[in-house]
Amino acid sequence: MADKPGSIDDTLTLLKSTGYVADRPLATVLFLALRLGRPLFLEGEAGVGKTEIAKVLSSALGRRLIRLQCYEGLDVASAVYEWNYAGQMMAIRLAEATGAVERDTLEDDLFSERYLVKRPLLQALEPDTAGAPVLLIDELDRTDEAFEAFLLEVLSDFQVTIPEFGTVKAEHPPIVIITSNRTREIHDALKRRCLYHWVDYPDAERELAILRSRIPQASEQLSQEIVAFVQSIRREDLFKAPGVAETLDWASALVELDAVALDPALVSDTLGVLLKYQDDIQKMQGSRAKDMLDRVQGALRAPA
Amino acid sequence: MSDALTGQGEGRLADNIAFFARALRAAGLPVGPGTVLDAIAAVEAAGIGMREDFYWTLHAVFVKRHEHSILFDQAFRIFWRRRALIEKLIAQMSPIAPGGAKEEKKPQAGALRVAEALATPRQEKPDPVEKTEFSARLTVSDREVLKAKDFAQMSAAEIAVAKRLIAGISLPDDEVTTRRFLSDPRGRRIDPRRTFRRSLRGGGAVIDLAYRSPALRHVPVVALMDISGSMADYSRVFLHFLHALAEKRRRVHSFVFATRLTNISRELTSRDPDEALARASKRVQDWEGGTRIAHALHAFNRHWSRRVLGQGAIVLLFTDGLERDVTPELTFEMDLLKRSCRRLIWLNPLLRFDAFEARASGIRAMLPHVDEFRPIHNLASMDDLCRTLSGDLSGRADPRQWLRAS
Repeated sequence: MADKPGSIDDTLTLLKSTGYVADRPLATVLFLALRLGRPLFLEGEAGVGKTEIAKVLSSALGRRLIRLQCYEGLDVASAVYEWNYAGQMMAIRLAEATGAVERDTLEDDLFSERYLVKRPLLQALEPDTAGAPVLLIDELDRTDEAFEAFLLEVLSDFQVTIPEFGTVKAEHPPIVIITSNRTREIHDALKRRCLYHWVDYPDAERELAILRSRIPQASEQLSQEIVAFVQSIRREDLFKAPGVAETLDWASALVELDAVALDPALVSDTLGVLLKYQDDIQKMQGSRAKDMLDRVQGALRAPA
Repeated sequence: MSDALTGQGEGRLADNIAFFARALRAAGLPVGPGTVLDAIAAVEAAGIGMREDFYWTLHAVFVKRHEHSILFDQAFRIFWRRRALIEKLIAQMSPIAPGGAKEEKKPQAGALRVAEALATPRQEKPDPVEKTEFSARLTVSDREVLKAKDFAQMSAAEIAVAKRLIAGISLPDDEVTTRRFLSDPRGRRIDPRRTFRRSLRGGGAVIDLAYRSPALRHVPVVALMDISGSMADYSRVFLHFLHALAEKRRRVHSFVFATRLTNISRELTSRDPDEALARASKRVQDWEGGTRIAHALHAFNRHWSRRVLGQGAIVLLFTDGLERDVTPELTFEMDLLKRSCRRLIWLNPLLRFDAFEARASGIRAMLPHVDEFRPIHNLASMDDLCRTLSGDLSGRADPRQWLRAS
């Protein structure tokens, strides 16, 4: 188990050691979240590496990662806890069969930890030998407002109240990371309890560093061309600009195709890896992609 | 608070952060006293080493929305340069020499708002408000007359009365089932958890079944409102309708457009309708200008549709459809809009004319892409709208009949 980083620079090195190339603002906010024990709220376009931060953090610190994927209709039963009804039913029948059992003992027995099915939020509050776990609440914007209100108790006091059982309080609060794609605005009351950070698309230099660390098989020229092309495609008026995840997918697709450099036909054929909307693909296919590629390759060749 | 804060240098730091928070509040960021304490704790934790670190530390605490980043950036530059504090504080707290001050840049977006916030507040006298009083006691026949009367033909006094009637309109009862459950004695599904608790009360001998049924929720409503000159008589009244809708339920998103699209959902949540409308008008800069429907729809589809059209939203498109130049783009954006929502209802005040025919090219281009085409020129038509939102499809206004007729 690694210790929490002691400074912003340490945080940067820690992230780098696991292959996550972060910029200084992100390292700052991450360091503060760890130091102050506050949840970290990450917002940004899809595919900029929000979820990845939690994964990297858990592996770098050697903590358990508990992931709660949000969806519409997520309720307490699937997020926090549920009783094992079949087990309880069996217990009642068995008690009946064996004869008279005290009502209080039966009740204590039925609503004990034995029949409690723990879901992610409750799991995150449990003590762990490796230290408090990393709790990732992914895509919070997908669930409805009612669930956000419930999270308020969990995130401010790190405790959950189960009426039949009592209050479960975390001895060491988990490291909480919340992500949102901003398909709707999260309520201010929840944001107020967190440190906020907008994760943006990386600049060319950082994207190249990410590509090098994640896909080292790609040749230097190919990597540079990919990054330059993706950076310029993001400046186009697209419905959904490609994120870092798409860049990496594209790079590994090109590596699989044994490409050493980009050419127009290759770009046209593999554009579906980068762009996910038909309108965007139509817009970029053909001469437009070729022009852009020419410009990108020209710019790369110029300083050499 | 720790002892360190009472020290010479950091005591001043705390004060300055408090002043900075006040400046941010004036610039429109929601900054409370709790946030200031957080900020001081955060700066203590991070330790000031570099200007950039200091910037991002405060940013992490004070900024809670992406839009506020730019205001924070401006406020940070102005505030901490004017007082030349960071450099002094860094010099005090660490042996590292600060970097050179950054060059003056041309004014950026948000600079004006921040500059105003940092300047001494001007004393503004509120304009004298004309007070008029209306009698709300209407006879039945008065109401009937008013209901059928076109908004454009009403006098100012009648409009005022109509607005009060709108506030009392019976709002649509358009609830849909969700995937959540609520306990319900007449529900059809067994609620195991409550069943067990109830059975245990009797010692577990008898299993007393408890039931639950799916929870209901209002459908989100998204209104896209044309406020160009030709719609002037109707748009302000329709805003009152939206306000009445937004007040009773939570999910109403309102957008207005003439030449550009503005989101006024937040402004409309003020309780008082007049205050809400005043705040909304302040936000909107193109009241009663020309219309660019295709442009506005494009902006909506691109920037907002993914954020507000979730969970089966109904879109109310309020426009006369008189677009000057009809391009394929208009058809494309309408089609996209229709495909991303549950129902697209076009409200067109032009339908007040008995002899209305779908002749204008803009209308013909848009009609095939809407689910319903309805009038919205008097109180009766608003009532009809509420009924159709409640799911009463009897008076359904099929857009195809207009295309066939002409």
